[in-house]
Amino acid sequence: MSSRSGTYGRVELPAVAVAVGERREVALASGSSGAGPRVGAVADPDVAEAADRPPAEEPDVPGRISRTVVSGESPAPFAGVPPLERLEMELLLEAIYRHYGYDFRQYAPSSLRRRLKKRLEAEGLSTFSALQDRVLHEPAAMEGLLRDMSVNVTGMFRDPTFFRALREKVVPMLRTYPSVRIWHAGCASGEEVYAMAILLEEEGLYERSRLYATDMNAEALDRARTGIFPIARMREYTTNYQQAGGTRSFSEYYTASYGAALFHARLRENVLFAQHNLATDTSFSEFNVILCRNVLIYFDRNLKARTLRLFGDSLSSFGFLCLGRRESLRFTNVEDEFEEIDPKERIYRRNSLPRQGGGPAPSRATSGRGARG
Amino acid sequence: MKPSVVVMGTSAGGLRALERVIGALPAVFSIPIVAVQHRSRESDLFATVMQGLVALPVREAEDKEELVAPGVYLAPPDYHLLLEPGGRLALSTDEPVSFSRPSIDVLFESAADSYGPAVLGVLLTGANHDGTRGLARIRAAGGFAIVQDPKTAESPEMPTAAIAIGAADRVLALGEIAGELVQRSNG
Ligand SMILES: C[S@@+](CC[C@H](N)C(=O)[O-])C[C@H]1O[C@@H](n2cnc3c(N)ncnc32)[C@H](O)[C@@H]1O
Repeated sequence: MSSRSGTYGRVELPAVAVAVGERREVALASGSSGAGPRVGAVADPDVAEAADRPPAEEPDVPGRISRTVVSGESPAPFAGVPPLERLEMELLLEAIYRHYGYDFRQYAPSSLRRRLKKRLEAEGLSTFSALQDRVLHEPAAMEGLLRDMSVNVTGMFRDPTFFRALREKVVPMLRTYPSVRIWHAGCASGEEVYAMAILLEEEGLYERSRLYATDMNAEALDRARTGIFPIARMREYTTNYQQAGGTRSFSEYYTASYGAALFHARLRENVLFAQHNLATDTSFSEFNVILCRNVLIYFDRNLKARTLRLFGDSLSSFGFLCLGRRESLRFTNVEDEFEEIDPKERIYRRNSLPRQGGGPAPSRATSGRGARG
Repeated sequence: MKPSVVVMGTSAGGLRALERVIGALPAVFSIPIVAVQHRSRESDLFATVMQGLVALPVREAEDKEELVAPGVYLAPPDYHLLLEPGGRLALSTDEPVSFSRPSIDVLFESAADSYGPAVLGVLLTGANHDGTRGLARIRAAGGFAIVQDPKTAESPEMPTAAIAIGAADRVLALGEIAGELVQRSNG
């Protein structure tokens, strides 16, 4: 394992591909996406697409612009939307992917459509073709769209009973490990990561833990790195923290000033925030715990399946996978590879060694080229 | 056209109305029902309570779950519930719409987009305007819209608003809605 790792700042960084090659990065607002590290990136979207999909699932259709299909199911069209508008929406997504590298083509269609419609209204446009034109020619319009596409509603100790279950059911196992590696996939502005750091600190595990917190949204990651959160939410977080089994006074963890709560730097000493897109990037290391809460609901079944495969390949044997309160492995094809540790809190545990070669394990097979060199 | 899905919306306090309508349907009602009721984040027991009151199988919706009839799918608290083309449900944590999450508009609009004329929308008692826009979309996409007669509603605002903008194909007393659904489910 250590042979795969490099270093970044004070945190151990698993093999990283920082270069983004041909991908045209859109820096959200602050223009900082180039500054942060990027993990598991596959530079060329076309290569990424070809490499990331298991050949078995890829129907060989020349000129295909739609999605791939699991088990012969074709993507059903929106029956209540005029065919021309459906086409324009597909072309918009294709254009965004080809030009900017952001792949929304396999997002859950109804919320995707809702968000794009909202964008259309915000831009004062009436067709997706007009939006495509604007987004391709005005990077600022693309930033706006990206912001809409990555709604990052989040909070600290959201779902307190989940964090309590982490303490009671996962922490005892982690204690038996000499070091603990955690991946927060889709961490948004980082509240969940700070909550986790606090929990580990109180359980005496923080010293030996490394947290990798990733999101596709560079702007959210910038906020996460500051450790500054609105003071107005501290009351809510304090209640959550207590319900989650917190053992101290929550206000010990931050300093209040000018309407903001600045969380202590120690809480991010062992955290690496990095940009990673679950739709296009590969596995970049091996973890004992992966948290991916309220992200998979935005993906369609194929992308959800691909992402779960990626997680499976990124978990050590008997590693834990934690999903959002209303997400589950039901209706997926990896269900039997995991054991339910806490069905209500959606905590799962890998019940076997990660796959080695053998079956189709796309991210493992391709990540050597992109990320592990 | 025989509908392929029934979507229902009601705001806080709509449990009794939902129970009256769904409870009066036969246990073999052949169209899946998807319902949004506004409620607080903590109310985890709603599906259980509801199941105690009606014969149709009731469950809280899971992400990417397939719709099966007979069955009633309830939006979980604090998530939007959407219908996907292809007969599945999806959840989202996008911002509240009209101060509501789950929002009736979000469910209804996704139903209209996904199934067009095959949608049967039902708007029940409610104290705000959520659902009005969505019901209008259902009609515009060729679906059928039923609104509870405000005179029979505990809170008349929501049905009244829908009727005012012309979003109703039929206005029915609470006690008549189940019969209409059964009739329409026969094609
Ligand atoms: C609703 S937030 C979840 C935040 C946090 N995990 C929680 O549950 O409170 C969803 C996050 O997923 C991120 N996201 C969406 N698509 C993604 C992708 N393809 N790769 C990585 N992150 C993605 C968004 O940018 C957003 O920050």
